Amino acid sequence: MKDFRATTMSWGLRNGCVELALHRPPYNEIGSESLVEFERFIAELETVFGSAHALIVHSELGPGFCAGADLRELFRRSQEVAPDARLTELREFLQRIHRVFNRIDAAPLTTIAAVHGMAFGGGFELALACDLIIADKMARFCFPELRLGLIPGFGGIPRLKRDVGNAVVRDLLLTGRSFNATRAHGVGIVSQVVAEGEALRAARATAAQLAKFDRATAIAAKRFIKPIPEEELRQEIEIFCDLFTHPAVEAGLRKFVESEDPLPYLP
Amino acid sequence: MANLQETTEAILVLAAAHFSVPRAQLSADDDFFKTLGINSLQALDLLTRVENHFHIELPDYELQGVTDFRTLAERIQARL
Repeated sequence: MKDFRATTMSWGLRNGCVELALHRPPYNEIGSESLVEFERFIAELETVFGSAHALIVHSELGPGFCAGADLRELFRRSQEVAPDARLTELREFLQRIHRVFNRIDAAPLTTIAAVHGMAFGGGFELALACDLIIADKMARFCFPELRLGLIPGFGGIPRLKRDVGNAVVRDLLLTGRSFNATRAHGVGIVSQVVAEGEALRAARATAAQLAKFDRATAIAAKRFIKPIPEEELRQEIEIFCDLFTHPAVEAGLRKFVESEDPLPYLP
Repeated sequence: MANLQETTEAILVLAAAHFSVPRAQLSADDDFFKTLGINSLQALDLLTRVENHFHIELPDYELQGVTDFRTLAERIQARL
């Protein structure tokens, strides 16, 4: 794998550890361009499945890890495309995102999300696809989708349900509130909380530790303990697409795009 | 346990330090969005610092409509 800097993300391989750095201003929102680059990254990642032992996903941007889906693009496309084609396009986008996140989820190496700042919506879902989340103490995790009349669409509910109790999932999903790193650690979402600005360093230290283990054993352990919740992921796409046709969604997205505030749906 | 005045003062000190504003320029009844010139993302950052400082958890929705330091301190006080 050669070092590569694309528009929304960069990747490279150092000492058997792949590092994927997100850098799409302002908040690493995931839109169609990010998706294409994620797919390109996955194709590259697969070439080092036999040699690399870890993957670290992190953000180069100050405000945080990732604010989730690009809602401005989602709204723009919903205005440009006819209703029937709109749902087809949306379903295809979600299926492609699911394929990418499923590949990260099941990758035969140990994956670590190094999180600072906000990990909201799709950003939280990307972190949940990883095996471990290492967060600095300023990190926050949130599913704000209900505020827009939607549910998380990048696999978040099934993956969170796989990791923690249903009550925690309901708390995050139904209230739309955000958890700080300490709370996320307390309920088992986050494996380590570190000082502000130290998440990537801690992730690299963890990745170095993983290099000591036999890869075949680590892969067998991961396959045993971390099944992909395939059926629930399929259901999630259908529910998301159904909800997307409701008028509340267009109103919520319009309010979002017409605001100049970064997080107009909060508190 | 800190009283409301002490809690308010601690928030003012935190906000002044983080947003590089002289403490003397901040008062309890200030609208922190206007005085600090911050947006919702920065307000969330302030919330995280406050939570970490007081070792509490304050759901975002408890801050609905809260714009001044004193009311923020009251919300925190209710969770100490």
